[in-house]
Amino acid sequence: MIKIWSMKKNEDAAAKKKPKTSAAQIRVQKDLTELDLPSTMKTHFPDPADLLNFTLTITPDEGMYKGGAFVFSFAINTNYPHDPPKVKCTQTIYHPNVDLEGNVCLNILREDWKPVLNLNSVMVGLQYLFLEPNPDDPLNKDAAVEMTKSRDLFISNVKQTMKGGYLKGTQYDNVLSRS
Amino acid sequence: MATTTTPNATDWPGRYYHIDQILEKAGPRTDPEWVPGDKAKEWLREGVKVLVIGAGGLGCEILSNLALTGFKDIHVIDMDTIDISNLNRQFLFRQKDVGKSKALVAAEFIMNRVPGVKVTPYHGKIQDKDEDYYMQFTLIICGLDSVEARRWINATLVNMVDPENPQSLKPLIDGGTEGFKGQARVILPTITSCYECSLDMLNKQTQFPICTIANTPRLPEHCIEWASVLEWPRVFPDKKVDNDDPDHIDWLYKQALNRAQEFKIEGVTWSLTQGVVKNIIPAIASTNAIISAACCNEAFKIATNSAAFLNNYFMFIGTDGVYSYTFEHERRPECPVCGGEALDLTISPELTLQELIDLLIERQDIQIKKPSLSTPTKQLYLQAPPQLEEATRPNLEKKVSELVPPNGDVTVTASTLPFSLSLRIAYT
Ligand SMILES: [Zn+2]
Repeated sequence: MIKIWSMKKNEDAAAKKKPKTSAAQIRVQKDLTELDLPSTMKTHFPDPADLLNFTLTITPDEGMYKGGAFVFSFAINTNYPHDPPKVKCTQTIYHPNVDLEGNVCLNILREDWKPVLNLNSVMVGLQYLFLEPNPDDPLNKDAAVEMTKSRDLFISNVKQTMKGGYLKGTQYDNVLSRS
Repeated sequence: MATTTTPNATDWPGRYYHIDQILEKAGPRTDPEWVPGDKAKEWLREGVKVLVIGAGGLGCEILSNLALTGFKDIHVIDMDTIDISNLNRQFLFRQKDVGKSKALVAAEFIMNRVPGVKVTPYHGKIQDKDEDYYMQFTLIICGLDSVEARRWINATLVNMVDPENPQSLKPLIDGGTEGFKGQARVILPTITSCYECSLDMLNKQTQFPICTIANTPRLPEHCIEWASVLEWPRVFPDKKVDNDDPDHIDWLYKQALNRAQEFKIEGVTWSLTQGVVKNIIPAIASTNAIISAACCNEAFKIATNSAAFLNNYFMFIGTDGVYSYTFEHERRPECPVCGGEALDLTISPELTLQELIDLLIERQDIQIKKPSLSTPTKQLYLQAPPQLEEATRPNLEKKVSELVPPNGDVTVTASTLPFSLSLRIAYT
C-alpha cells in the first residue's frame, strides 16, 4: 500500500478534504441559484431552508393558456441528479399532456432524463407544454381528441375550464391569475 | 523452509501452495520496493482487513474468493434478507435460510467451509456506520446493485482522505453486473476517477413514456407501470408503494392483470410485477462469477503489492460473443465529490459574511462571481431565486464565526465555477 500513497504525493495538493455536503445538495444549490427564468415563471419555497421541496408557478403570457397560473410541485430526492425531480401539477386542469391527478407527460421527467439536464431544463420544458400542447402524447385522452378534432372547441374548453368550469363530468380548478 | 509464523491447526501443509508461488518471488511488473517472502504472506493472512459491501449475487462470490485466496479477516455488510429467488445463484444460502439475514448466513457459511477465516457480519445499512468504522479496513470491495448506496460509500471514502494520514486512503474496488454485462474498477479516492465521476456513463433503467403507459400499452411492463405509477397514487394518495410488502405487490399485480386483459396483452405475472416494481435486473450467475473474480484479484494485488493492479476500469460485455476492454477512466474536474477546488481560509472572527464574499470575489486565483454559500446543514447566502436571496440576506450582516464553527466547511457554488469550491474556515 506504500505505492498508492506515493501516487498521491505526486498529485498536486488540490484534493483537500471536502465538506460533508452531499453531491445532491450541492447540485440542487447550483441548479437553483443559477436558474434563468423568464418573468412568466416563479418558484416558491414553503420552507426556505428546504431546497428539495418547492412549487413552480407558470403564468403563460401567450397561447391558449394565457391568463392562467399553473402550479407544479417539485420533490427532489437524495439520488438527484441520477433520479429526475418528481413533478406534479397541483391543480385539476384541462390539458392533453396533464392528467386529472396532476401527472405530467414530459419526456425529460422520465424516459429522457439525464444527469446533465437540470431544474432549468425541466421548468422550460413545462412552460413549453402550455405554449404548444401536444395531442400526440396524451395523458388526458379526451382533451387530446378534442384538440385534434376541433381546435376552436378545444380553445373554448380551455377557457371555460380555466375559470373553474365543469366539463364532461369533471370539475376543474379555477386557475385564473389574480394579477 | 522454516516459516516465521506459528503453524496453525487450520493451516495444513500445502494449503497456500499456489498463492505462495506469487508471494515468494517478485514478478516483472512488481513494485521494486516490495519484499517477497514470509512477511508478505504474514501481512495478507494477519495484517489485512477487508470489507465486503453486499452479500448478494456478487457478494457470495467475493466472500468465497477472498476466503480461498487467503484473506482471513473479512467483514460483510448487507441489509437484505434471503429471498427464495436468490437461491439460484447466491450459493452460500439454502432453502432453510429464506427470511434470514444475508450477511449473517454468508459469514456463517464461509467460516464453516473455510477453516481459519473470520467473517464478521453486519445486518444493516452502510449508512449506519461512521468514518471510524470504515477507517479500520485495508480496502473495501463493493458488490451492490444500488446506485444510491455506491454514491454514498464513494463520497464517504473520498471525504475520509486526510492529506496528513496515509492510512486514511482506502482503495475501493467496485463490481457491478447487469445480465451478460459487467464492470470492475479500482477507485483510489482522490487519486483516480471516482464513482461519481462516471455517473453519466451508467446504463439507464428502461423507462416508458408516461403517455404510453396511460393510453397505448403494448407490453406487460406497461400494464404494471400503469398500476404502480398511475393507479396506486390515484387510489392511495397518501400511501407509498412498499416494494417489499407482498400485499402491495399483490394489489398491483391484480390491477395490472385486469388492464392487460382489457388491452389483450399477455405475460403479466406476479413475479414480473415484483421484478418491474423493484427494478430487478436479470442476474446471470456466471457474469457475477467473472466480475467477482476480477474484483478479488485486484484486491489481492493491491493488498499484497505482488503485481500491478487494474488502472482503472475493466468492462465485460458478453451479450454478443465475449468482449472486454480495459481503460483509464479520467477524473472529471467538475465532479461534485472528488473534483472542484478546496481552500483553507483563516479569517478574523469579526469578519461578516458580506466581507467574506467580497474577499472571495477579490481573489485572483479563483475567479468567482456571484457566489452562493452553504454549510452542510444550512444555507448561508443564496444569490437566487429571489425568495431565497431575501430569506438568507440577513446573514450578510452577521459574523461568519456565528454561522460557521471553527474548521467548519462551506460549499460555494457560482456559475463561473465548474462545479463547486470548498472552504475550510479557521479563525485567527
Ligand atoms: Zn469524482
